[in-house]
Amino acid sequence: MYWNKPAETMGREAMDALQTTSLKDLVSRMYRQQKFYRSQMQEKGLLPEDVRTLADIAKLPFTTKQDMRDNYPYGLFAVPVSEIVRIHASSGTTGRPTVVGYTKKDLGIWAEVMARTLTAAGINRQSFIQIAYGYGLFTGGLGVHYGAELLGASVIPVSSGNTARQIMLMKDFGTTAIACTPSYALYIAETMREMGIDPRETALKVGVFGAEPWSEGMRQAIEAQLGIKAMDIYGLSEIIGPGVACECSAQKGLHISEDHFYPEIINPVTGEVLPEGEKGELVLTTLTKEGMPMVRYRTRDLTVLDRQPCACGRTTVRMGKVLGRSDDMLIIRGVNVFPSQVESVLLNMGETSPHYQLIVDRQDNLDNLTVLVELTDRMFSDEVRRLEALEHKIQGELANVLNVSATVRLVDAKTIERSEGKAQRVVDKRKI
Amino acid sequence: MVIKQLSVFVENRPGALVEVLAVLKANDVNIRALSVADTSDFGILRLIVNEPEQVKRALNEAGFTVKITPVLSMMVADTPGGLCDQVEKLSGADVNIEYMYAFAANAGNGARVVLKVDNLKRAERLVAGDLDGATGVDDESNDGEIPNFYW
Repeated sequence: MYWNKPAETMGREAMDALQTTSLKDLVSRMYRQQKFYRSQMQEKGLLPEDVRTLADIAKLPFTTKQDMRDNYPYGLFAVPVSEIVRIHASSGTTGRPTVVGYTKKDLGIWAEVMARTLTAAGINRQSFIQIAYGYGLFTGGLGVHYGAELLGASVIPVSSGNTARQIMLMKDFGTTAIACTPSYALYIAETMREMGIDPRETALKVGVFGAEPWSEGMRQAIEAQLGIKAMDIYGLSEIIGPGVACECSAQKGLHISEDHFYPEIINPVTGEVLPEGEKGELVLTTLTKEGMPMVRYRTRDLTVLDRQPCACGRTTVRMGKVLGRSDDMLIIRGVNVFPSQVESVLLNMGETSPHYQLIVDRQDNLDNLTVLVELTDRMFSDEVRRLEALEHKIQGELANVLNVSATVRLVDAKTIERSEGKAQRVVDKRKI
Repeated sequence: MVIKQLSVFVENRPGALVEVLAVLKANDVNIRALSVADTSDFGILRLIVNEPEQVKRALNEAGFTVKITPVLSMMVADTPGGLCDQVEKLSGADVNIEYMYAFAANAGNGARVVLKVDNLKRAERLVAGDLDGATGVDDESNDGEIPNFYW
């Protein structure tokens, strides 16, 4: 099932031509209408006419989150503020929040790509979709909401939090699909067990999960515990919000809505564009957005691109599951460590919970990595030596995979904050 | 007598123990016996309470990780050598003691000892003085008759 068959199954040549036209239009709009990007181009001695083919995009300067902060709040808008009909902002855990503005047309594009996403996940007019992403400045809630309404599904806009009520509504309203973060999905499963509710008693069939990186192991855990299909969706507010890319029934990567978002993979250190199939940082350009277009926005998300045809029939390029973030990457005693590696170790061991936190500290000029792992009833023992053996076993597995030693500490269940939003996976206490 | 012991995971930080004890207090639970095993990071609080299943639920609801383990409870004479005589019965029959803790029972009644052993049924018969009947009993199966009220 497709939402927009012509766009989602377009031939490669036609897509290239469409993207080239849109790119040239975008660059000329940016040059004429957005002071910041014009000065960026001028610094490099570039004129809009210098971009004639898709490959020419590599000449253009990148845009970063820092640029958004520097131009807070409205400096990156490319239209008069009177044209803006919606404003969203990131939570701003570090520094100023990043602000995005949408025109009416932008909101239409957003609903369109989100409807494609939900359709690819098997959601349709008959579905009851419970949206447990936060509503408000965060793009998750409203983004999925408008896509689901355009699609014609019955929308249950619960927003995030109050897990017991979420579960009650899920049962009473016959929810068939849920949208939330993957860590919240696991939290719902845990809460159901505590309430003595078998997820199979609900009508839930599918979940669309995003807003934080999650591993294949976590997918299996969600699918097993909730008895549903767990689909990965990708998006970020700087580009549009949820709906940039989505998994299809084949679950072999996420289809990017290429007619709206042009992807590149770069080497995060040198900035050079990498050949197809190589792992690097995803860079996205919004080809059609008006309010706050982004040219070569550095997402910091690490992935690979695949243009091979997909079993589902879509011809759009697929990005692999996000493998981590280039800025989440920790360098510990010279070794690159990603939180997702720790997650896969814990999930592969089977007996541990996927709730963990990495704490990095520096003592006497030496980095120390401590991994906090939440204890579950299943892991717990009344004997000290068994718990110590478990700690050592996790430590051994981590050392194998990370190539750097870590101290494992078991902590009480639910001490690592996670439920409502994105789990905080890394605490870096080093003062460098 | 085989009884149920509650084990509670306690992080090694100030206030962690009091959080567990506050839940017990709020639920009007009287602690019959207690021991703490500790490492540098965490401790395991082992408790004997009446109605252990209900107490486990209360602790779980308060967010604690709790496990119920069947253990052996026995009386020993409150005299020199009292414990030695009982433990000899177990070691003589190759029953391994994982851990144990003792406390004085009500005045004049001797002392009570809680033991975690690797062969519970056998140990129970041994300490009851059934030295012959004990041999060949390796059955770990739980009869489901563990009482809920202790002393």
